[in-house]
Amino acid sequence: MTGVNNILIVGVGGQGTILASRILAEVAIAGGYQVKISEIHGMSQRGGSVMTQLRFADEVFSPVIEPSTADILLSFEMLEALRALPYLKEGGELIVSKQELLPMPVITGTAQYPADIAERLLSVVPDAQIVDALSLAKKAGTVKAVNVVLLGMLSRHLPFDENSWLQAIRKCVKPKTVEINLKAFALGRG
Amino acid sequence: MKRFLMGNQAIALGAINAGVNLVSGYPGTPSSEILETVAANNPGDIYVEWSANEKAAMEVAAGASYAGARVMVTMKQVGLSVAADALLSLAYVGIKGGFVVVVADDPGPISSQTEQDSRCFGVFAKLPVFDPSSPAEAYLMIEDAFLLSEKYQIPVIFRPTTRICHACADLDHNDIRTTNKPSGFIKDSKWVIFPKRAYEGHLHLASVSKQIAADFSCYGYNSIQGNGRLTIAASGIAYQYCREALDLLGQPQIKLAKIATPTPFPEQFALSFLQNTDAVICMEELDPVIEKELLQVVGKHNLPIKVYGKLTGNLPEAGEYSVETVSAALADILGIELPKNEMPQLPDLPNRPPVLCAACPHRASFYLVKKACAGQDAVFSGDIGCYTLGNAAPLSMVDTCLCMGAGITVAQGLQKINPETLHFAFIGDSTFFASGLTGTVNAAYNQTKIIIVVLDNNTTAMTGHQPHPGTGQTMMGEISDKISIEKTLYALGINSVEVCNPLDCDRTMAAIKRAIAFPSASALIMRSPCAVKIKQFTPAKINTDKCSGCAYCIEELGCPALTKQNGIITIDQEHCKGCMLCTQICPCGAIEKVITKEE
Repeated sequence: MTGVNNILIVGVGGQGTILASRILAEVAIAGGYQVKISEIHGMSQRGGSVMTQLRFADEVFSPVIEPSTADILLSFEMLEALRALPYLKEGGELIVSKQELLPMPVITGTAQYPADIAERLLSVVPDAQIVDALSLAKKAGTVKAVNVVLLGMLSRHLPFDENSWLQAIRKCVKPKTVEINLKAFALGRG
Repeated sequence: MKRFLMGNQAIALGAINAGVNLVSGYPGTPSSEILETVAANNPGDIYVEWSANEKAAMEVAAGASYAGARVMVTMKQVGLSVAADALLSLAYVGIKGGFVVVVADDPGPISSQTEQDSRCFGVFAKLPVFDPSSPAEAYLMIEDAFLLSEKYQIPVIFRPTTRICHACADLDHNDIRTTNKPSGFIKDSKWVIFPKRAYEGHLHLASVSKQIAADFSCYGYNSIQGNGRLTIAASGIAYQYCREALDLLGQPQIKLAKIATPTPFPEQFALSFLQNTDAVICMEELDPVIEKELLQVVGKHNLPIKVYGKLTGNLPEAGEYSVETVSAALADILGIELPKNEMPQLPDLPNRPPVLCAACPHRASFYLVKKACAGQDAVFSGDIGCYTLGNAAPLSMVDTCLCMGAGITVAQGLQKINPETLHFAFIGDSTFFASGLTGTVNAAYNQTKIIIVVLDNNTTAMTGHQPHPGTGQTMMGEISDKISIEKTLYALGINSVEVCNPLDCDRTMAAIKRAIAFPSASALIMRSPCAVKIKQFTPAKINTDKCSGCAYCIEELGCPALTKQNGIITIDQEHCKGCMLCTQICPCGAIEKVITKEE
């Protein structure tokens, strides 16, 4: 069971991390890998921090990613990227949507949203990609497609051909959103 | 065919293939998707229902099983406490059609109020327990559970945990289905529990426990791999963590035994893996069930074997395990150093707790009750559901939360000791039907002045919008007569019942004040649909000419659509669903409905 690929997807409940992980799972399965996902449902999804963990390899035992072992950390939000940073392994890759969503303690003034997240991320991961996924999603037609834009960016770091990504998107998203999501993927992939 | 399935889906499809005839349950994370998946894949001949609560589900299934049906009951771990009365008696009475209780445990806990270990319910009820270690194993084992139940005519507990239920994996799925045609109910004195019958049932249980332990000793999912003088006995997801930890440690000479059936304990199997062993390390989440069994085996057979686990302080007694947990314990016992990972130092980051959604009508209910009680001593008892989130600032409206239905009854106890204080009990519509009825009768009959606030959003929101008796829908896709909450409250003896729309602030405020003035137990039904269900809406916006920037809206409501940046209040137009609560409470009248062209 050596050489497990660990992709950690983090964000805020409601941002579509679970759908993103399902599309990635389809792609990895089509690539001949065993895939395991661990996700959290229920209370935590109500706007709280969410973490979806995806692992693929010839054989995967645990569905859970341990600290310091994520090959890629894909974050839908700046603060959540920083929170999850201890999961990224040394030399791992970091892709972050530069969106900032204020948590309730910040909104009500009992806590401060850190001002230096980008610097902190870059100090640990100098080649981190901090991207404006939201604008690309808007360009594709809906802010909701931000998850698929980020998958497009992620796709450049994984050894799967573009066609299998497109097939997986067609399979996983609602039929009437296929076109928008394909466009979002293309914009993300660049 | 390979399919990528969530553990809960795998259990459901396995049960369909095993010929289940009836599935009942009550929603609860992490179990809810099991019953939903059966309903979504119903070949047409399976009866599926969300029951009013877990006890009802257990008893409906008991009746069907008496008539020869294969039945599955689904719930989360705390649900088994509700259904325990039925299950413990059913263990004595016995069953006819295969009877599988799927109870999902939640180490962590991630979405629960306890970390109770349902394997202990198996020990307590003297019923066998299956403990799968992966979605694929759960898929295959569920059929074995039905067969074992029928072989010994007793209910069987099937106990996945969150990391099985909500893990997804690719597994081989086939559509080969066993069919079971129920024989129909045959009258027999054995279905009536009397003390003598209970005694016979107890003897039967004790006797079959020995036979099942022998069966389990030969059960294929109880397995041994590797060799060494040191043995790991692992169960559930901890088994997968151990496999991975052994890889990380470079496959040391260690035997790994997986125990898929913790009770009745497969003693012969244990004796086989304890051969040529100096020490055994128990890796199991929650309670030391296997550890205590192994201590008994070692004592009974005078084996010179050291048993490590929670009781020796080598492993934690609470919380989830991980690869890190088991590798640290292993390294410590082996006396080896684990490589340390350098972790980036992070500052204290603001938490991001879950919050009530934008436009959630519960926010309005909490806000208005709070305002109506201003200047008075008041205690707000809460309950289990999305509305437990009302405890967070700035609402801070949940002073107690114990278990399903307890808000109404805890408020009564508080009132008896603190009668000068106002006592509110908030309860959701689904929770009201599940566990609130008895407490309501109790309040009315014992003339306790509490104010019951039923937060009626017409769904079971937190667990994923399941129907309940107040919604008028069933899991068979039929329309049923809704059970009226107001009529129910009257029938249970509450003489003051008012229905309000909490998003209509003035009228609701007047109703709350009338309820406060009512001399005995009263009820308010705050009726407004769950915000997640609202698909068409017009957001609100700030009129910047009128807004003073006072942030009253933000500081009072804690709505995720309202933010203040650089001193300017804004409403996130993607988030706001136009509930118009903020427009009604803004001291400056600065929040307005966005007028669309059609209007």
